[in-house]
Amino acid sequence: MGQFGIGQPVRRKEDVRLLTGQGQYTDDINIEGQAWAAFVRSSHANAKILGVDTSAALELPGVVAIFSGKDLEAAGVGVLINEAAYKNRDGSSMHKPPRQVMPTAQTRFVGEVLAIVIAESAELAREAAEAVEFDFESQPAIASTARALDADAPKVWPEFGTNQVVHWEYGDESSVEAKLKAAHTRVKVDLVNNRVAPSPMEPRCVVATYKAADNMLTVYSPTQGGRRLQTMLAKNLLKMPMDKVRIISHDTGGGFGVRSKMYPETVAVAFAAKQLGRPVKWRGDRVETFMSDYHGRDQINHAEMGLDAEGRIVALKLETLLNVGAYLSENGVRLPMEGGGRIIPGVYHVPDFYFSVRPLFTNTVCTDTYRGAGRPEANYITERLMDAAADACKLSREEIRRRNFVTQEQMPYATHLGFVLDSGDFAGTMDMALKAAHWDTFAERRKEAEARGKLRGIGLAVFIEGAGSRPVEGMRVRFEENGDVSVIAGTYSHGQGHATVYSQLVNEFLGVDYDRVKLINGDTANSPAMSNGSFGSRSSMVGGGGINRASKLIIAKGKKIAGHLLQADPEAVAFEAGVFKAGAGTMTIGEVAQASRDPKKLPDGVTPGLDEEVTYENDVENFPNGAHVVEVEVDPETGVLQIVGYVAVDDCGTVLNPFIVHGQVYGGVAQGVGQALTEDVLYDDDGQLLTASYMDYGMPRAKNMAHVEALFNVVPAKTNELGVKGAGEAGATGAPPAIVSALCDALTPYGIRHIDMPLTPEKIWRAIQAARTGKAA
Amino acid sequence: MRDFDYHLATDVQSAIEALRNSEEGKIVAGGMTLLPTLKQRLAAPSDLIDLGGIDTLRGIAIEGKDVVIRAMTIHADVGASDVVKKAIPALAVLAGGIGDPAVRHRGTIGGSIANSDPAADYPGGVMGLGATIVTDRRTIAGDDFFLGLFETALEPDELITSVRFPIPDQAHYIKFKHPASGYAVVGVMVSRTGGKVRVGVTGAGPCAFRVTPFETALEKNFSPDAIAAIAVDADGLNTDVNFSAEYRAHIVGVLARRCVAALMD
Repeated sequence: MGQFGIGQPVRRKEDVRLLTGQGQYTDDINIEGQAWAAFVRSSHANAKILGVDTSAALELPGVVAIFSGKDLEAAGVGVLINEAAYKNRDGSSMHKPPRQVMPTAQTRFVGEVLAIVIAESAELAREAAEAVEFDFESQPAIASTARALDADAPKVWPEFGTNQVVHWEYGDESSVEAKLKAAHTRVKVDLVNNRVAPSPMEPRCVVATYKAADNMLTVYSPTQGGRRLQTMLAKNLLKMPMDKVRIISHDTGGGFGVRSKMYPETVAVAFAAKQLGRPVKWRGDRVETFMSDYHGRDQINHAEMGLDAEGRIVALKLETLLNVGAYLSENGVRLPMEGGGRIIPGVYHVPDFYFSVRPLFTNTVCTDTYRGAGRPEANYITERLMDAAADACKLSREEIRRRNFVTQEQMPYATHLGFVLDSGDFAGTMDMALKAAHWDTFAERRKEAEARGKLRGIGLAVFIEGAGSRPVEGMRVRFEENGDVSVIAGTYSHGQGHATVYSQLVNEFLGVDYDRVKLINGDTANSPAMSNGSFGSRSSMVGGGGINRASKLIIAKGKKIAGHLLQADPEAVAFEAGVFKAGAGTMTIGEVAQASRDPKKLPDGVTPGLDEEVTYENDVENFPNGAHVVEVEVDPETGVLQIVGYVAVDDCGTVLNPFIVHGQVYGGVAQGVGQALTEDVLYDDDGQLLTASYMDYGMPRAKNMAHVEALFNVVPAKTNELGVKGAGEAGATGAPPAIVSALCDALTPYGIRHIDMPLTPEKIWRAIQAARTGKAA
Repeated sequence: MRDFDYHLATDVQSAIEALRNSEEGKIVAGGMTLLPTLKQRLAAPSDLIDLGGIDTLRGIAIEGKDVVIRAMTIHADVGASDVVKKAIPALAVLAGGIGDPAVRHRGTIGGSIANSDPAADYPGGVMGLGATIVTDRRTIAGDDFFLGLFETALEPDELITSVRFPIPDQAHYIKFKHPASGYAVVGVMVSRTGGKVRVGVTGAGPCAFRVTPFETALEKNFSPDAIAAIAVDADGLNTDVNFSAEYRAHIVGVLARRCVAALMD
């Protein structure tokens, strides 16, 4: 391991460029002759569209064109797709309403795109958008997850007669119910997993340009990898040959899952550019981001756990309501089952499990993947149950967990919904966190806080994830004429620092200078044929693994070439630190790469060039896990909660770059802190969005955080060659349950055992008030 | 943002003339409220009359027993002013805690007070310190100035030129910040001058107000206990998605007691 190899805290290559304003985001792209787009959005949560009058808008100066849903329909534009195929308990299929890019008959949420206006400037486009007149017949709306199944709730899709998408279930309810009844101890929790706005720093932006001469459509947009979007745009929506649609993302200002999706605006801008034969640009603002970017979470969970006399789990029952919004987005409906379900019941051995999921339509924007994508929700449920079980069994929170952990001896361990855990030292990881957080001397700190009038609490959460989803990815390593080595990746770095980590790997495997390695990604025109992009904490395994496999092929071929040129048997050629050696003869990998271009220098049967492309494949994902311990102080007079201590211990397998992993942990924890303390997307009863700006929507601030002591308990994954486990989503997974656990510990004097997130001052104050009056009465 | 005609006024009188001559003109001081409103297309004035060019509207001075802050003085200057820090440190704390550095280097005292935003800090300071608002044509007692939500005693063409703060014996300001916006959910300024006590509140109601039952009780017994049993009526106070009127009423009491406790230290 050299200075730049695996495990070194190498500073990010990307940062100088990004921090000095040299990044190239979509808004930095302007194409000669471009027009600007603005959208007409629905102000109704549920309304019939009776008609549209664009005449006044078209008469305004500088207006180029206006397209509504009917125009797209007439032009044969397809619908947005959803591939889910869940069955109801009776075997019938789920409801799958089609989603038009822009609806023609009914609008179903506030902010839904109804028409696109193209004008000579952004201002003119906006002005004209305001002059487009839609004739609506407003209808009652339903926004609440809790009330969506009420008999009298308005139906988002009246033709189904219900807002329920499907009632999916796993396990034998009667068997689990019987075990819960017979259990020595039975605990239950009712939890709201609050709806959050993913809030990338960069709002969505699309620049599309179409060249009629070669029927070529190019779309610039922030994404998490363009190939899937290219496929959807070409095959499903605009019905063009794949190679005639190109998606380019240079830099993307935050992905978080929400940038991996195809949005109606992208289709509309691309359609307009094609229709007009003129480049079109749209830059969303923050209000549009709040209204139309997909939201995250929004579940209501009822969970019950049965335990024996020793505090060992005998059965678990979980019933989930998921608000999917007005339509089925690409992945939203799958999150409880495939995102979270496969790792439930987390790090614990649960003999019998029943799981019911009811996704619900409401008149809100869709929900979909958001950092963790189902795993934070799942771990939150399990961890709240474990705290409740600790109370009921009169065991400490760490002891109840210790008694139920899946042990390393039990691995490989199959979870109920089809994951096989290969590795993980859950007890060791928890102990490390407890020790680092000085768990055993907490009482002293509580006493000291009491003297200052503060209620101090300590909380614990142990969690597990499934990372590396869809483990197939193309990776190419290319030797350039000037001696540089390019990694042409199917993954796409939208903040993660792949240029740094991939350079470390090329340095490690091929001995190429760290500074000579370049990353090329984010352009469907040159990415490998198999290109999934980056999401689900997958790039370390699929991207890193791909580089490893390509490097092995390069070395094998290099040995043949070096052996030929050094007049040695290829079997006798050794490769180390970038140098091929045979006896006294040596060639650097650069020299071999150079020689490989000349067919005359190659042995028989060896093709020119040293480049290799592999499609990395793995049968399984990997299972990052960890433990967070949080200390909080609560001001009982105001209900204000302050985090005062934070320890995060992660087992993300082999650490490729601790500096970058720590960055992921801090960022993830910050997002988890946001969900736990401040973030809450609120719609009113009429489906109007109440939190549409940062004046109302509480993003976490620096003062909400404490120093995070981030540590590793490295247990290399056994199922991939680098031993890595994803590191991107752990922070957001561990933080919410640990923080709620800490708050409830602080409120022990009042007997408060749960408060739903976000833990706002008023909620905490009201809970304390209620407990006080309860006691007085 | 929609188009408007821009005027850079050179003196108060020409600013007022420009305003009177415009169809639907607006005065812009620091623009920290107006500019976001324009950007969001929530306002479309025909004319914008900028006071930024009027040098005589800037400055801080002691005049008699008052600290006089001219209308276009930015929050950062008030917060950093040695004069203010010495005479009324609580006012420097208040100004230094408004918004963020960008806001504090653009936003002005006159603009803030003329706007009567229910969650702005300065109105609480005006009420808690018993300030007087000086305009181009008269003086208005702070107590009579704030009439409601974004509503003041100013005539449509009247400009604030300065604010006079009488120097108290003691004063203390505490703000409970909104977790999203950073604005005051509640801000309380308590001051003592001779035997008199003022308790000014911002954030909680439609506009800044005084809590006279607190003042009376504190004048008899200046201690947190003196007001601990006095409830602030939640009726008519503000409610938003994060904080109810009832919570705000409670926080007014908590912050007032903490101000008093701080002044007793």
